[in-house]
Amino acid sequence: MEQNLSLESMQKETRRRNRKQAFKIFFGRGVIVKLCTAVLVLFIVFSLFGPFLLHIDPNKQNLVNKLAKPTATHILGTDYLGRDVLARIISGGRVSLFVSILAGTFAAIVGICLGLIAGYVGGYLSKFIMAITDVVLSIPGLVFTLMIAAIMGSGVLSLTIAIGIGMIPTYIRMANGLVLSLKQNDYVVASSLVGQKQRKILFKHLLPNTFPSLIVLYTINLGNAIMTEASLSYLGVGINPPTATWGNMVSDAYAYLYLAPRLAIVPGICIIVLIISFNIVGDGLRDALDPRLRGKL
Amino acid sequence: MSDVVNDEQALLRVEHLKMFFPVTKGLLEKPIGTVKAVDDISFEIIKGETFGLVGESGCGKTTAGKCILRVNKPTEGHIWYENKEIVQMSDTEFMPYRRKIQLIFQDPYSSLDPRSSVYGILSEAIQCDGIARSKDELQKRVNELLFTVELDPLMSYRYPHELSGGQRQRLGIARALACNPELIVCDEPVSALDVSIQAQIINLFKDIQKKLGITYLFIAHDLAVVRHISDKIGVMYLGHLVEITKSVELYKKPMHPYTQALLSAIPITDYYEEQKRKRVTLQGEVPSPMNVPRGCPFHPRCPYAMGVCRKERPELRELFDNHFVACHRYDKEESFK
Amino acid sequence: MSEVLLDVRNLKTSFFTAEGEVKSVDGISYYVNKGETIAIVGESGCGKSVSQMSVLQLIQMPPGKVLDGQVIFKGKDLLKYNPKSKEMRSIRGSGISMIFQEPMTSLNPVLTIGEQLCDIITTHSDLTKKEAWLKGIEALVSVGISEPKTRMRSYPFEMSGGMRQRVMIAAAIACGSELIIADEPTTALDVTTQAQVMDLLLDLVKKYNKSLIIITHNLGLVTRYAERVYVMYAGRIIESGTTEQILTHPEHPYTKGLLNSVPKLEDDKNQDLIPIKGMPPVLSNLPPSCAFMPRCPFPCSKCTSNGKPALKNVGQEHYVACYLVGE
Repeated sequence: MEQNLSLESMQKETRRRNRKQAFKIFFGRGVIVKLCTAVLVLFIVFSLFGPFLLHIDPNKQNLVNKLAKPTATHILGTDYLGRDVLARIISGGRVSLFVSILAGTFAAIVGICLGLIAGYVGGYLSKFIMAITDVVLSIPGLVFTLMIAAIMGSGVLSLTIAIGIGMIPTYIRMANGLVLSLKQNDYVVASSLVGQKQRKILFKHLLPNTFPSLIVLYTINLGNAIMTEASLSYLGVGINPPTATWGNMVSDAYAYLYLAPRLAIVPGICIIVLIISFNIVGDGLRDALDPRLRGKL
Repeated sequence: MSDVVNDEQALLRVEHLKMFFPVTKGLLEKPIGTVKAVDDISFEIIKGETFGLVGESGCGKTTAGKCILRVNKPTEGHIWYENKEIVQMSDTEFMPYRRKIQLIFQDPYSSLDPRSSVYGILSEAIQCDGIARSKDELQKRVNELLFTVELDPLMSYRYPHELSGGQRQRLGIARALACNPELIVCDEPVSALDVSIQAQIINLFKDIQKKLGITYLFIAHDLAVVRHISDKIGVMYLGHLVEITKSVELYKKPMHPYTQALLSAIPITDYYEEQKRKRVTLQGEVPSPMNVPRGCPFHPRCPYAMGVCRKERPELRELFDNHFVACHRYDKEESFK
Repeated sequence: MSEVLLDVRNLKTSFFTAEGEVKSVDGISYYVNKGETIAIVGESGCGKSVSQMSVLQLIQMPPGKVLDGQVIFKGKDLLKYNPKSKEMRSIRGSGISMIFQEPMTSLNPVLTIGEQLCDIITTHSDLTKKEAWLKGIEALVSVGISEPKTRMRSYPFEMSGGMRQRVMIAAAIACGSELIIADEPTTALDVTTQAQVMDLLLDLVKKYNKSLIIITHNLGLVTRYAERVYVMYAGRIIESGTTEQILTHPEHPYTKGLLNSVPKLEDDKNQDLIPIKGMPPVLSNLPPSCAFMPRCPFPCSKCTSNGKPALKNVGQEHYVACYLVGE
């Protein structure tokens, strides 16, 4: 009995160690990861609560005070319509984050499911799905998204869905490819030999082994979504004014590049920082979830 | 006709098994040839014994094993398990037999999911029998299995990359045992292991067989290893079974020229014996299974090839008691029974 | 009188990794006479391959480094040359050739056999390309490859493993190197092909009076082809002698254990294999005492207290590194 207890507790220890190591690996890559996680958290907090902290209306125009330099009241100055830049950054960040995360996650869920099914089931269904994917991928991404945006109409939600749909084919391609190669592994055969159901094999053995590549794709796509939104805004098909997004702030600031470069630089830096943080946190997550990186006792 | 003895104790009987793979080219998948991986083989395995299937690469032994496991669907032929024909069964009909026939893989690295812990791998195998178990019962059974394969139960929550090659192979054996199998197909289970570990694993196989009465189909290319574990051995060449006999007989009285050459090619570590041995060297290389020679597949390389060998494929005949050979050299001799 | 072709003295090679210093080769000495065939035996990780790569200065530095020792080939110490120097490059190929285990990766898949053979031959001789091509065809004939002219234009993937290994042998012979090092030359091949390739190699070696070092874990190969044997464990040579001595009167517990645990063709099914207990050593964490002790069936007090045992002479050419022996 004593023996059993100590064996049990030792086994529990090993599980605890596994979990602890996941955290260690995530943060173990150095200051960068901690910094980026903090930045992301900051962005998210600001976009959720920001408007309540700053009592300035981002859309309030003040044509008398156009392009003002930073002062105490307007910490980042004002834009070409006298609107407070900081307020627009915060509310813009909210929209950008919303669009990118929603579009990215929507694309990931739909794309990965379709890709997994295509790869696992094979046969005519697979050929059909992949054929459509290939056709869509042959259309330049922005053009395709433009087409969908035109159909869906303007508005934040429609734009988000349009951007999302544009990103689905890459997920299908990647998930399909991953499953096709993973299916060859002996452990998949082993699972079916012990009587495991096909569906369970897909979700228990194949899906987790696709995580490393898919997480990286996800983080890249989050960045892409922001860039697509910015491009669409530049083309005038993006989110309607006066709603601010970092993307349309950058494109609007183009005309005032020599007069007030900060109007472009500030949202530009925000976009860069957000994309980098997504990527680094994504890398950390991928490593933390990989049991192979957990060291030996 | 090949005469496999109709023994009631035969757990597995393979009858005229054929596995052909079409080779296609291009987008429209035009057939340009066939790989005759397994070309009409028949043998049986008695319950509780070990049947060794040996041959070099491309001879079809692994493919035959996969047909028995229903990983491949045979092109032709029958496989009888406990007198029930399993090739024609649907997946649902086969379900009660699924766990009775298990496989141990050659590669201890790709046969374990790197994202599953030892506990995860074993508990999956245990739970697939559909019986509800509490967490404690499950852990107990996992510990039992680890104990049987001489792995420390503390390893339960380790991951495959933390185990050595020998330990991983033991885990693979434990997974197979978790299903309470009656027949285990072992596909080159020790070739990927270090020499000093091979002996440990071979002994483990023998112990498990003694304890649990499991029947093995042991597929390997290393005749020395097969000798240590098999009761009967079948020698394959290019998809054909050329000789089947008791293990001891094979090494003492190899009849088929290929078997003789195979044995001669393996050096033995008895220094004085080795110097005295007569060597039989083969000419040429093993042909590809896409271009199997007509008649006897071995005739281009056989030192005793005769005219009939180029035209007719020899049948597997019983020459001595339970010693079958497929060779035209013995056509004239009636069986020596 | 046999003339010493290669004399390795106290060779030490380590790899500096995140886990610490891995002493792959920890002071080994061996020699090969002209026209002789020797074998270096041991399991994976014992240092046999690394020792040969050190001789040819093919070790990646970092993380590896040849720390000490002399490698005297035809009177000159190879370790004194810079690994990238002209002298070293000319030794590799025309002085000492190496045949690797995996012939698929030692041949460039995008070049034909002919191009690669020509390349090797022209590098090590003064022949023109045309002459080298003809020499290549000759070499292919000597290794028993049929239709050599067509084969010169084939790519490696069009040939079987056995044929590729023969091409490697052809390359080694064609350059006229006096010493051939074969690193697990047959592990990736089928049994009958193994016998063909090894027989061929030995024939050519005897015909041209070359020396051969066979690195392997297969004791059968040793029995059949080698005249002398060195047994390695954890980076050191623990026993050496003629093949007859080692196989009929092994002294070191590891050699004995290895011979008892390897499944032999001549055994009976009921003969039990006696495995060597425990696991192969972790090279980054070796104790200062005998590395085999944790697995030794007869550990004595000296094995724990003293450092690593030195090689002792126990017979004509027979040396053993064990405290139990030669008492």
